[in-house]
Amino acid sequence: MVAFTLNGAAASAEMPEATPLLHALRGPLGLSGPRFGCGAEQCGACAVLVDGRPAYACTLNLGAVAGRSVTTVEGLGTPEAPHPLQRAFLAEQAGQCGFCLSGILVAAAALLARDPDPDDASIRAALDAHLCRCGSHNRILRAVRRAAAEMRGVR
Amino acid sequence: MNLAYVQATGGKDDRPRLPGSLHVNRRLDRWLAFDAAGHVTVTPGKVELGQGILTALAQIVADELDVALARVVVRAATTPDSPNEAVTSGSLSVQESGMALRHAAASARAIHLQVAAQRSGVAVEALRVEDGAFLAPDGRQVGSYWSQADAALLACEAPADARPKPASERRVAGTSAARLDLPDKVFGVARFVHDLHLPGMLHARVVRPPARRARLLALDDAALPPGAALARDGSFLAVLADEEHTAERGAERLAARARWEAEDSLPPAQDLPAWLRAEPGEREVVAERENEASDAARTLRATFFRPYVAHASVGTCCAVARWRDDTLEVWSHSQGIYNLRADLAKALGMEEAAILVHHVEGAGCYGHNGADDVALDAALAARAVPGRPVRLLWTRAEELAWAPVSSAMLVDIEASLDAEGRISAWREEVTSHGHSARPGRNPAPTLLAVEYMDPPRAIPNAINPPLAAGGGAQRNAVPAYRIPRLTVGVTRIARMPLRCSALRGLGAPANVFAIESVMDELATMAGRDALEFRLAHLDDARGRDVLALAAEMSGWRQRTKREGFGLGLAYARYKNTGAYCAVAAEIEALDRVFCRRLWIAADVGEAINPDGVINQYEGGAIHGVSMALKERVEFDSRGVTSDEWESYPILRFTEVPAVETRLIARPEAPPLGAGEASLAPTIAAIANAIHDALGIRPRAMPFTPDTIAAT
Repeated sequence: MVAFTLNGAAASAEMPEATPLLHALRGPLGLSGPRFGCGAEQCGACAVLVDGRPAYACTLNLGAVAGRSVTTVEGLGTPEAPHPLQRAFLAEQAGQCGFCLSGILVAAAALLARDPDPDDASIRAALDAHLCRCGSHNRILRAVRRAAAEMRGVR
Repeated sequence: MNLAYVQATGGKDDRPRLPGSLHVNRRLDRWLAFDAAGHVTVTPGKVELGQGILTALAQIVADELDVALARVVVRAATTPDSPNEAVTSGSLSVQESGMALRHAAASARAIHLQVAAQRSGVAVEALRVEDGAFLAPDGRQVGSYWSQADAALLACEAPADARPKPASERRVAGTSAARLDLPDKVFGVARFVHDLHLPGMLHARVVRPPARRARLLALDDAALPPGAALARDGSFLAVLADEEHTAERGAERLAARARWEAEDSLPPAQDLPAWLRAEPGEREVVAERENEASDAARTLRATFFRPYVAHASVGTCCAVARWRDDTLEVWSHSQGIYNLRADLAKALGMEEAAILVHHVEGAGCYGHNGADDVALDAALAARAVPGRPVRLLWTRAEELAWAPVSSAMLVDIEASLDAEGRISAWREEVTSHGHSARPGRNPAPTLLAVEYMDPPRAIPNAINPPLAAGGGAQRNAVPAYRIPRLTVGVTRIARMPLRCSALRGLGAPANVFAIESVMDELATMAGRDALEFRLAHLDDARGRDVLALAAEMSGWRQRTKREGFGLGLAYARYKNTGAYCAVAAEIEALDRVFCRRLWIAADVGEAINPDGVINQYEGGAIHGVSMALKERVEFDSRGVTSDEWESYPILRFTEVPAVETRLIARPEAPPLGAGEASLAPTIAAIANAIHDALGIRPRAMPFTPDTIAAT
């Protein structure tokens, strides 16, 4: 059994430690936000935060998060209490199919936590590991800037 | 494909003409239902592919019924209850489903008001509707959709004489309503077929052969890990397990212990253009014009090439299947659930009535990808465990290497100017595979697994739909410009070693790249500006408007030369009958070409959701930048080798251009679709911008240093 903190609450999974974290999250832990895209750290669809840093849940072993804190898109906010990024993505209608958004949202949250006022190049660099095939990139960039401004208290 | 295809290829039909898909699905209760709780449930046959269509359809219905948008519930398509709208493709969903629903909702409104008038004694013309309540002139409520919901009023065919609102009275259609599906997607709510968790569900993976043409000789299934089971039909192999990871590991171990007889079957990748030209095929003349023209003074000849390209969705294909008492239930992100049902029935030797197919959203869909294939894969896997649902997910390698690809194409053009610098003649020959091997339309099934089942069956060669249905290889092959002498021929190659089918734009990206490159070259030969030259040869006023707008947005007339930068312009009306688009592209040539800015002028006729249209145009344009600069399916003699993102790169955040899109408002004009209009002209504008920057005409996609240098 591997015990860790998931979206702020104690969680544990009765699976071998070598199981990819993604399968544990989407399987017994019942989440759907982290998504399988490639299984090879090449697309970012599975991204989650481990102790606040982006990580690929598709290749990270479950055993590696024992005792650590994992945040998925579900842990950023809820429809009733959305994260500023989630609010901004809706305001900018930043998405088409939406499959890539879970990973992009947590990566953007990590960026804003370490740099509250990132310039365009920094946002692009932080999201470059994430593929979006629908071409929603510019809306996503606007949404991240909007959320950053809101979080800094700029109107 | 879509309904347009069915109608272009179908027989005679004398019934009174109803709009869009309503014509072939005439009962109102197939489309709409009211309930006492105050909702209207809409059941279109078109499906959400990430393009936002369900939101647009809800807007249309809310508007015609005069109910708040929040009262409209759109249900995903399912057999056998949803109207059969064939395939969600061709940028036709607003035209086919939207116009059907507009007419159906207007009919429902009229029927309900008639009943309320009879019951209340108030003249029907005096009644008005406020959020679903029927009000008399004195404000008294005399009924509502909700109070009359149980009266079976919609159990009838749609009348031909229903009158939807005039454009000036629309309040919801034409506004940028927020996407109904987006909140789920930013909160990580289970919404995709990948997220289904049915009780007792197993996970499955396919074991693919080492070559496109291969036969399984021997198998060592003792290699399976504990808890994993095998499903086999001929050379089709799948591994099932309770845990997803066990199925994954089982498939890997089995793959390493299977013996195959594999064949070389693919064309020579290094010499693809020559192979395309040498392959036997059937030629069809798509357009021929022999009007009076001045003699040719100067002639230009050029050949353009596009390699095979992939769908490359960020999510991989997935389906869930369950067998119960000889019936099969499938959850799928197919673009056409009835067409899929038809091919599943053929592949499995069943009656269609014994198969239920439910649409559940998948990752972004840009054409005929592996969504249908994986449904048969899941059905074959689930047959090993009757009663239990099986979720089968493709790997990234399957997604990039086993889904249909879009055909490689050659376009040869010979064009002449007269002494006055006008185009006098144009000969064009397009060489391509067919662009559609969609399920549901051939006596033989087109689903991947049939080639490996026992007995194996060959997938029929891809076709080019007739031009009346938008065409395939011949899509946008006929220049939209005034040309007195014109011949356009299309040769369809007789076989497809790589399985080809429909991908965003079909033949349009290669054809528009070729035509708009030649237009630029002719302009230069004539000593004219590229914009002026196009305008001088374009009679379509709406086409001229988008060209002029894109030029204005980009500062075309005031442009100055900047070292390393180039500006290019291109235009196309999608299918020559659909939406208009002109694009100006700015590129920067460094060690490779980067697209820095795009200015897009759009005209889709009536825009149901302007922000949604802009999202589609911008997304299509970025797809076009990616296709123009990066994409090429790599393969060897046995199979596709570009099977992960390193070998099939697509445009990334650090490479995406700034995009400005403006929509010309034409609320009175019929809707023309949006999803595919911008891709092809974006590619052509980039090609022209590269010439502006480097003085080199790109002849082969993608525009990488090696293909540009080879020109």
